[in-house]
Amino acid sequence: MDSSQLLGITTFILLAASALYIGLFIFRVQGLGVAATALTIVGLLTETAGIILRWMESYRMGIGHAPLSNMYESLIFFAWSIIVLYLFIEFRFKNRMIGAFVMPFAFLGMAYGSYATEFSREITPLIPALQSNWLIAHVIACFIGYAAFAVACGLGIMYLMKARSQEKVGGRATGGLLESLPALRQIDDLTHKTILFGFLWLSAGIITGAIWANSAWGTYWSWDPKETWSIITWFIYGATLHARFTKGWGGKRIAWLAIIGLLSVVFTYYGVNFLLSGLHSYGGR
Amino acid sequence: MKQKDNPIIAFFASVSLALFVLFILAVTSIIGTVIPQNETPDKYIQFYGEKWSTIFHALNITDMYHSWWFLSLLALLSINLVVCTLKRLPHVWQTVMQDNLETPATRLNKMTPGRTFVFNGPVGEAAAAARALLAKTSRRIREKSTNTETLLFTQKGAWTRFGVYAVHTSILIIFIGAIIGTLYGFKAFVMLPAGATTDHVYETGGNRTIPLGFDLRCEQFTLTLYDTGSPKEFRSELTILKDKTELLRKSIVVNDPLSFQGLTFYQASYQPIEGQLFAQLKNTRTGVSTGLPMKPRTEVSWPGEGVRFGVVNFEETANKTGYRFKIWFTDGPETPSEFWMDLGATAKIERPGATYDFTLTQHFATGLQVAKDPGVWWVYIGCGLMLTGITVAFFLSHRRIWILVTTEHDRTEVLVCGGANKNKLGFEKDFNALIARFANHAQFTSQG
Repeated sequence: MDSSQLLGITTFILLAASALYIGLFIFRVQGLGVAATALTIVGLLTETAGIILRWMESYRMGIGHAPLSNMYESLIFFAWSIIVLYLFIEFRFKNRMIGAFVMPFAFLGMAYGSYATEFSREITPLIPALQSNWLIAHVIACFIGYAAFAVACGLGIMYLMKARSQEKVGGRATGGLLESLPALRQIDDLTHKTILFGFLWLSAGIITGAIWANSAWGTYWSWDPKETWSIITWFIYGATLHARFTKGWGGKRIAWLAIIGLLSVVFTYYGVNFLLSGLHSYGGR
Repeated sequence: MKQKDNPIIAFFASVSLALFVLFILAVTSIIGTVIPQNETPDKYIQFYGEKWSTIFHALNITDMYHSWWFLSLLALLSINLVVCTLKRLPHVWQTVMQDNLETPATRLNKMTPGRTFVFNGPVGEAAAAARALLAKTSRRIREKSTNTETLLFTQKGAWTRFGVYAVHTSILIIFIGAIIGTLYGFKAFVMLPAGATTDHVYETGGNRTIPLGFDLRCEQFTLTLYDTGSPKEFRSELTILKDKTELLRKSIVVNDPLSFQGLTFYQASYQPIEGQLFAQLKNTRTGVSTGLPMKPRTEVSWPGEGVRFGVVNFEETANKTGYRFKIWFTDGPETPSEFWMDLGATAKIERPGATYDFTLTQHFATGLQVAKDPGVWWVYIGCGLMLTGITVAFFLSHRRIWILVTTEHDRTEVLVCGGANKNKLGFEKDFNALIARFANHAQFTSQG
């Protein structure tokens, strides 16, 4: 068994887990939820094994490095971070319904990584610029941040759906589909906390990137498109947090901002690599 | 506490201004990621046409992140941060330093969450019982008693209220670092052939020649490739000399620069020098070594060692992938050595008086990025403060709990109340646990 097989299997496990969570949300059969959680844990284990194996394979090839060096590997770590964050939330808040809104992001990350044609999935040796310990710190920090923002976006979508269904019936309990979701106040609070968590890691990601750039090129900030988009994302979430802390924004507005924020993250991550050019161009291949 | 605000100060301190500036910064920043920056005027005309190109130049969009309007936005953000912090800090200071035992009962009664219990027992024991219940989770309980009432107070993390101001300050420190770097630092570049020495470098984006104040010599440049043909390592052997005395020697690669007297030399690029070879010689007996550039059919001498050598002939290798070279070498009156060798190979030359290692490679020039940035430590300190501040501001909160014991006509009431400035749900959970302890206590009866 090699790492690509394991990671391929993981993609299908995550697809199945996402389907089960959505099934649980629609049909509310508790058994589906137990199966979904079990599959997610299995998915996390196979993915972890896949990452470790890929790491070992790179050493066997004589070009050993942590599997965090290109688009494919970063997508795998992105999905991995979402799963870990989601399982934490599920166990902490004892609610499986959130899985229907969050786990599809983990699946999409893996599926895009596995089937996209824009980049290679091969283990390639590190070019000189990437040979730095800051690479590991930078990629880990960024992708934990991105994963948190993906989770926040899922929660935002969940909030908007529930808020809409409640408005339709004038705020009364409906007994409908969305009734089993956590209370709006709880979703709102969780969205906010997830954004806080993501913001800390995004800041750490930008800072480690700046330190790395300074040790490689003698410039900690050069306004290349990747850097600029990361700071745009930082501005958006920074503004969101100020709106909440000092203007008391909450509910739908924060939910929308969580969605807009993720669009900016996706552009920083994907758009810059494939639509614009700059220093990070190697991240795209 | 509420004095009449100066409208100008109120404007610059407002969060609305912060939101507005962040929004404008985010939106305008996009422009420079879509329109390439710092290209030649011809490129803009070629891509966007004469008309747009003129507009771009008029609005400094071709170098927008250093334009007057973008820097003004950053300055506005800084003013906003300074004024907002100076305006709010005194209040926060007051909140952190105030004596919470002076909080009037009327305010405590209105506080949420809050719960009142009736104490069934001797009047004098109520405060002690309440204190014991509170002490299970809180340390440092303060107390103030009068004839008719006792107030207990405990708090955690009052200082965390400063967290957000640490983040604001950190941004200003980073800006200060950036300004110091711009005013007192420079970025420069030099293309230095192996074996050559320079005492100056060329400013990036300007035409200034910057004297180093010392000599920088590139002893050797090595390019290593992976089997796949992609680059594995660019390595320059650098020496710093003053008055021909070697002060420092370091082998630099990308991500591992050389620093000397506030200047840092980064491995940035390389260039093969057309038609030139580079010989590295080492006298294995004395250990003396050197690197000398050479051209085919030109004699080269190693000064001080009495060595003369040269390439007398070359031809394509059998598999036609490169060239091999015929070397002529002498170090004295004896017959010169002559032999063929491949590029990149090392030959051992046995001479009557000595043995030499002779390595022949392509002659490269190493591209060095040179930076002087006295502001970088400000930036790093700012970054550290920012991460610390964000952690404190987001994940730690100021929690306060008051317990007011009042006695009137032999009826003792105990009010438990409190609040947190952040993470109110988390506080309520802990607060409810405290309330449950009171409710489970035989002597306390909840008043709903």
